[in-house]
Amino acid sequence: MLAQFIGVVLDGIAYASLLFLISVGLSVTMGLMQFANLAHGAFAMAGGYMCVYAMQALGLSYLAALPIAFLFSMVLGVILERLLYRRLYSASHLAQVLFTVGLLYLSMGLAVLLFGPGAQAIHLPPFLQGQIAMFGTQLSVFRAFTIIFVLIVALGLAFVVRWTRFGARIRCSVDNRAAAIGIGIDVDKVMTYAFALGSGLAGVGGALGVQLMGLDPSFPLKYLAYFLLIVVVGGAGSFIGPLFAALVVGVVDTAGRYYAPVLGSFTMYFLMIALLLIFPHGLVGRAR
Amino acid sequence: MSATFRYRALTLSVLIFGAIPAIADDLKIGLIAPFSGPSSDAGGPEMESGMRAYLKIHGDTVAGRKIVIIRKDAPSPAPDVARRLAQELVTRDKVDVLAGHIFTPTAIAAGQVSTQAKVPMLIMNAATSGILAKMPYTARASFTLAQTTAPLARWANKNGIKRVFTVVADYAPGIDSETAFLQELEKSGNSAAGSIRVPLDTIDFASYIRRIQDTQPGAVFAFLPASDQAKNFIKAFREAGLDKAGVRLLAEGGMVHPAISMTLDDDAIGTVSSHHYSDDHQTAVNAAFVAAFKTFSPGGRAPSYIAVGAYDAMEMLFQAVKMQEGKLDPDRTMQIWREMAWESPRGPVRFDPASRDIVQNVYIRKLERKNGALVNVEFETFANVDDAGRQ
Amino acid sequence: MKAALIVAGWIAAPVLYMALFPDSLVLASQILLMGLFALSLDLLVGYAGVASLGHAVFFGIGAYGAGLLAANGWGEPLSALVLTMLVAAIFALPVGLLVVRGGSLGRLMITLGIATLVSEAANRASGITGGADGLQGMDVWPLLGLFSYDLQGRTGFVYAWIVLTLGFLAVRSIVASPFGLSLQAIRENPVRAAALGTPVRARLTFAFVLSAALAGAAGAVMAQTTQVVALNSLGVHLSADVLVMLLIGGVGRLYGGLIGAAIFMVVHHWLSDLDPVYWQIWIGLILIGAALAAPDGILGAIEKLRSRKQVAW
Repeated sequence: MLAQFIGVVLDGIAYASLLFLISVGLSVTMGLMQFANLAHGAFAMAGGYMCVYAMQALGLSYLAALPIAFLFSMVLGVILERLLYRRLYSASHLAQVLFTVGLLYLSMGLAVLLFGPGAQAIHLPPFLQGQIAMFGTQLSVFRAFTIIFVLIVALGLAFVVRWTRFGARIRCSVDNRAAAIGIGIDVDKVMTYAFALGSGLAGVGGALGVQLMGLDPSFPLKYLAYFLLIVVVGGAGSFIGPLFAALVVGVVDTAGRYYAPVLGSFTMYFLMIALLLIFPHGLVGRAR
Repeated sequence: MSATFRYRALTLSVLIFGAIPAIADDLKIGLIAPFSGPSSDAGGPEMESGMRAYLKIHGDTVAGRKIVIIRKDAPSPAPDVARRLAQELVTRDKVDVLAGHIFTPTAIAAGQVSTQAKVPMLIMNAATSGILAKMPYTARASFTLAQTTAPLARWANKNGIKRVFTVVADYAPGIDSETAFLQELEKSGNSAAGSIRVPLDTIDFASYIRRIQDTQPGAVFAFLPASDQAKNFIKAFREAGLDKAGVRLLAEGGMVHPAISMTLDDDAIGTVSSHHYSDDHQTAVNAAFVAAFKTFSPGGRAPSYIAVGAYDAMEMLFQAVKMQEGKLDPDRTMQIWREMAWESPRGPVRFDPASRDIVQNVYIRKLERKNGALVNVEFETFANVDDAGRQ
Repeated sequence: MKAALIVAGWIAAPVLYMALFPDSLVLASQILLMGLFALSLDLLVGYAGVASLGHAVFFGIGAYGAGLLAANGWGEPLSALVLTMLVAAIFALPVGLLVVRGGSLGRLMITLGIATLVSEAANRASGITGGADGLQGMDVWPLLGLFSYDLQGRTGFVYAWIVLTLGFLAVRSIVASPFGLSLQAIRENPVRAAALGTPVRARLTFAFVLSAALAGAAGAVMAQTTQVVALNSLGVHLSADVLVMLLIGGVGRLYGGLIGAAIFMVVHHWLSDLDPVYWQIWIGLILIGAALAAPDGILGAIEKLRSRKQVAW
């Protein structure tokens, strides 16, 4: 009984780690830039395709393909932020929705053009295959790898946000943009860097996700609701909020499907709606 | 209204709505299927390649009429879109026959247009039982889920496989195949070790796999949409080591068609499935079809059950046009189709005159690597199965 | 004079269209219905300032309501239309009460969540709705007992036109009424409106209910003219599409939804005919261009041009 519970929770945490890794960048855009970004999943998809391409066409190993996916999505993020996103920072949320829906269509169309409409898959190296036994239950090696990978990334991110000058600038810009500009922070530059980092993380999340979530051209639309939910439930602009929200979504969803399969995805959506009503500004967010 | 005015209006409508001017003698087929979006991988292009493979083998002209395929994109199961496309194909493009349909709702919507306009329609996929009753001018060249799943349960009974756990997607086709499988299982006094219906938005199958592990079944029967769901499930099945624990995977054949098994690679090997078509079917007719199809498909991919549905629909169309010397009278055409029997790449097939569904062999296959490629190797045949899964 | 011109235009346009494009009436009636749907969303987004990513729930309730009535022996279209509007409104009341509690992003997510729940519920209840196979067996009686649904779609077109016109008149008088003005006050500054004694949540909920009833009307007529209903009519995809249509045309301007629906659907139809496989790329580029060039929609851009001209004078 207990062993099964632990197993289900571990599965849920692995799933949550992925969701967090992809969504944390969206929290930055929605919190820092106040940007209604519906196209965030496109960066994750780009990372996923880059990973597949690096492994299949360039013959690289999985571990080498992950940083390439990160870099690729990051560069893509910088280009799009500089060229397009920044033109709409001062526009209404609705215009931003229109723009990002367009970007969504474009990214899906380009994915079909470049990689075909079918789903992609990768072959994990042997050391990531199989099962390991822990706490009297089984966990797949890849899930364990995902949890550890994201844990390291999250700690690194926490360090950057909490203890570096760049992190302080981000926090300041999120909290009070006018004051940040007033004390001489180049908020423009902070935004570009933050956007780049967020896109890169989404990219590596997409690359890790090929195994657990799959990858096809409809990826950014299919998972859009999940990414948005995690950010809005967690509280846009925060780093800890999406982490909490991802854990809640991942664990409750996985456990709900295990213990009450009849309810299917209802469990999670009911929980989300309840959380949104109880915490209208997110778990750790504030009213703006 | 003056002639120039009319002409301008026509030009305008060509510009705005993309209407294609008609050439009187062409035999026009209006193909409604997903050409964009997530269902297009084994959707419209697959059907079109199947049709083109037929034309490559048999020539693109029948009884003096050249075949023209007009493609219409219906990316999702939206009946309003399908009805609009079918109506325009009939009234503006003046097609001789409607065809296509991955999804049941689009088939029903276009079927209403076919009924109202008395234009014959050929369904190339859409596998829900019983939808043809209200469409007198429609015949289905594909299969039904009851037809392909019941034999798999029969095979499991015959081979003494006990304690089968069923996993199906929680939507109408999934429930159709679950019902067909369980009914057949119970005929031998067998019963399921457990049954789960998986929501269509499932990403992570871990919880369901754990449920299966808890029951320790002898085999798992699965029917999931032939997309990333099928793929994610088979991957999770392997990841959890269920195959190594001696649990057999029995799948509805659509789950392991070439586009899926190609990306799954070694993870899918050993899957036992039942279906009416495998590209490995050892006949001359099939060899010619596979070779022709590969010249059209992306990356030289082998044809799936959807492609063979399109190929056989062309066979039916050619037969009807030939017998009427170039004409396509709706009632006569339906009469011809009802009585048709022929050698398809899938094997011998004929029509059930009452249901207008195909009676065909269903094969039990095992996914193996053969000359470097993954193929479903047929090893047992259930002959002449009808649309309800009866022999 | 201007009013007379507008009335003449509303009457002349459909007649002219029927004469010019007799083979594209089904497309046109679907544009009209999507226009009505977008108009209902405009009442909510443009006038009340409540953005929704789940408005298709009410379109779908209208569609399934009309569909279920027609499949179970009540094929009279007009009474079914009124009845389904009522059902959509009743369902919208509790939903509206929940939605208006949220913040602006929260509202988007709550509507999205509810939309997902409702469409999953409709999929599950396949015994009633037909689930993924669609609702079959609809038998819609001729309009007024006289006009049956022809292949060309003339009856459907006129029907859609009349329902759209009535819906448009309704929305126009709602937004000009004291109630409509109070909605706009809330949109501009909810805190001030509340301070002035406006019952903010009650007003927004009522706007939500009215908007849902109109969306239900669009869905009902769509179902009656298509004679099949499937899950897409409840889907998040449709919710997003209708929002995009409204944004292309311009929010808060009555005609924005109609213009947006016409442009989006004609362009979509045209592109997917020209290039059935890659039309998404082109429509993506068009939307990005539209957002950059006309962030307030086409009507917003025209207004801007006009005011610039006036300044130049």
